[in-house]
Amino acid sequence: MKQELIIAGFGGQGVLLMGKLLAYAGMNEGKEVSWLPSYGPEMRGGTANCSVIVSDEPVAAPIVQEASAVIVMNRPSLDTFEKNVVPGGLLLVNSSLIDVKATRDDIRVYYVPVNDIAAQVGNPRTANIVMLGAFVALTGIVTPEEVLTALRHTFGPAKEHLMPVNEKALAAGAAAVAP
Amino acid sequence: MAKKLYKGNEAVAEAAIQAGCRYFFGYPITPQNEIPEYMARRMPKVGGTFLQAESEVAAINMVYGAGGSGARVMTSSSSPGVSLKQEGISYIAGAEVPCVIVNMVRGGPGLGSIQPAQSDYFQATKGGGHGDYHLVVYAPGGIQEAVDLTMKAFDTADLYRMPVMILGDGMIGQMMEPAEIPEDYQPIVTDKSWATTGGGRRVINSLYIQPDELERVNLRLQKKYALIKEKETMYDEYLTEDAELIFAAYGTTARICQSAINMLRADGVKAGLIRPITLWPFPDAPFAAAAARDGVKKFLTVEMSCGQMIEDVKLSVGGRKEVAFYGRTGGMIPMPRDVYHYALSVMR
Repeated sequence: MKQELIIAGFGGQGVLLMGKLLAYAGMNEGKEVSWLPSYGPEMRGGTANCSVIVSDEPVAAPIVQEASAVIVMNRPSLDTFEKNVVPGGLLLVNSSLIDVKATRDDIRVYYVPVNDIAAQVGNPRTANIVMLGAFVALTGIVTPEEVLTALRHTFGPAKEHLMPVNEKALAAGAAAVAP
Repeated sequence: MAKKLYKGNEAVAEAAIQAGCRYFFGYPITPQNEIPEYMARRMPKVGGTFLQAESEVAAINMVYGAGGSGARVMTSSSSPGVSLKQEGISYIAGAEVPCVIVNMVRGGPGLGSIQPAQSDYFQATKGGGHGDYHLVVYAPGGIQEAVDLTMKAFDTADLYRMPVMILGDGMIGQMMEPAEIPEDYQPIVTDKSWATTGGGRRVINSLYIQPDELERVNLRLQKKYALIKEKETMYDEYLTEDAELIFAAYGTTARICQSAINMLRADGVKAGLIRPITLWPFPDAPFAAAAARDGVKKFLTVEMSCGQMIEDVKLSVGGRKEVAFYGRTGGMIPMPRDVYHYALSVMR
């Protein structure tokens, strides 16, 4: 199994963290992983993205151009990265902030209102975790449990109190794309 | 010990500490800022010294001083900053002082861009400063290798009493991969009776005003370099055994070529890769051996530059086969699909 993923959004939406959590979870499941962030001059107030690879095989190029999946958290990211999804690949769109549809018909597109779901869950800042829940549920590339372990590791003891709401957010994301 | 997820810059910094580095002098510049940041946090906890110098020039001269006293010492920077260090590096090479210098290369010339590049190959391998000297230059292809080579760099520096460079690109600095940093690493022990420790009169200097004396020093350095070439050359090969097209690439670019090679092989094109791990000494032998094989039709050098390592590839191939080139520059990254298409055009 292999996922070559691009995650993109505004700086501050937690797209780099989403990628790190996937890489960390994949590593803990014994898979080969890499995480490569954009670190360009556009970061302040602009867009951020990262390439993440989770694979059973050693990772060759760490930069993703032909993505098996793309997650877009804002409109400019949809415009930029929709073309990078391979035919038959997966596109996850944050429909809370993106009010247009994808233009391609040769890929699988899911519209998930992650900001709205995060607000319902009780913490608007968990929108990225909602999206991660949807992605993990659709691909099965890592288990939700490992994502939570990765998140707990990232938070550390001082933010343990944030775990329950994030756990809810992850499950809500999965529910949003359940068949 | 379990693997941890490390950012390249942080992995290099921690590996240096585990290798016994207790002095770090540097000045901030993207894309290597996580190294001084990590050292600032970590050095006080292991009884070491972190100092942000007033400039790159000051930092490299602090390295000269600490190395001269026999300590394991490192500095890191990125391209424009490493240019500023060149005078000091030449002095350190002349005075035969061990130290480790990290260059996480960004686009150039000038202030350039902050994106990944490999356009400092000439500077790193051909003597960026003045005089007949070399650095051992290690080019890691991933985070685990960055760890291993950083630790080895301190041993190599001590063993041969010379500056050693880790030449990464912005991607090596910024990406995260699982790696293991051994905590029980035993540094090699060398005789440091030359070090200026305050015990007796010892002189560390690169000034030899008598030309015959300086010539003797240079000839001795050349002997040392010949020994290093014999003993320390490192490279890796990927699917070269039956290859008709041999890629030459180092660092992250080599991994991009691996992806391209996998695409080519899926199409029935027999491609392989020779990846220099030491850029100096350059691994001539595998290129010469491949050039002598009938099955090998062509070489293709891929770099994030306008073509620098290709000169060493051509020297090694010795005119026996054509050496083609594909490069992106200024901080642009060659994509596997583009490399694949170029390789197809070369083989057509």
